[in-house]
Amino acid sequence: MKRALVILALALPCWAQDIEHRAAALERELRCLVCQNQTLADSNAPLAVDLRNQVREQLAAGKSDTEVVDYLVARYGDFVRYRPPLKAATVLLWAGPFLFVLAGFYLLIRFLRRRRVPVPELTSAERERAAKLLE
Amino acid sequence: MKRAAWTLGVFVALVVLLAVGLRLNPREVPSPLIGKPAPAFDLPLLMTPDKRFSEREMLGQVWILNVWASWCPPCLVEHPVVTRMAQSGMAPVVGLNYKDAREEALPWLARNGNPYRLIVYDADGRIGIDYGVYGVPETYVIDRKGVIRYKHIGPLTADVVQAKVVPLVQQLTGQ
Repeated sequence: MKRALVILALALPCWAQDIEHRAAALERELRCLVCQNQTLADSNAPLAVDLRNQVREQLAAGKSDTEVVDYLVARYGDFVRYRPPLKAATVLLWAGPFLFVLAGFYLLIRFLRRRRVPVPELTSAERERAAKLLE
Repeated sequence: MKRAAWTLGVFVALVVLLAVGLRLNPREVPSPLIGKPAPAFDLPLLMTPDKRFSEREMLGQVWILNVWASWCPPCLVEHPVVTRMAQSGMAPVVGLNYKDAREEALPWLARNGNPYRLIVYDADGRIGIDYGVYGVPETYVIDRKGVIRYKHIGPLTADVVQAKVVPLVQQLTGQ
């Protein structure tokens, strides 16, 4: 019995540390709604403090990472996710930069192709002259 | 000529996007709670702490929930508008005192007037989180079935009340 208690006592800090790691990871993925360009991890706003506490409490209560995020999204919407989720509404947001680059490449290639100077056809007399000059 | 038309077209499209984008307010976070039942709460009253109040007690009537705090300057700015709105009698206005101290909130009400039907006291802000409160003041219109129909972020103005709240309350009351 005593051994079991000792093991439990040694294990508790590991369990608490795991919560800390998960909480820290989640806080970097969630947005502070007051200072909207900061994550929950970085912000000092009172709401950020409250939400960090909520995250820790929920994790300690045994909720999964997904459940904690869903809890906040249900109350604050997708904006609370620091990284916008990939949905039909955000496809343009995610794909946009690549589309712009591709469009740019296309235009660049078209422009370069047009610039190529057309090679004039030589008549047979001019070809003979060129051959003689090149000898 | 065709190239000029294309370039102009792209330019106009970008200008339109910019015009729309610049008029959007990035601080406004649309609430996912519109159309959902108002989150449940069971809070003590600010004035009489031994009494408690739950949102269930408002079922059957259209009501307005106004989240405020004595430490919040915009709440003071909107207070006359909230007062007029409550006095119009179109719907009861329930106050939610958010992350405040009783000894600050009560004098604030004494100084500025208390237009609320009643005020619940959300000391640690947990109910605020359930309602998606991220900046006070915030105001909700809730229908007879207890469903949130509208949320206004920031101080209410007479214009917003006239344009948004009054028509909605009238529509919901008429149902």
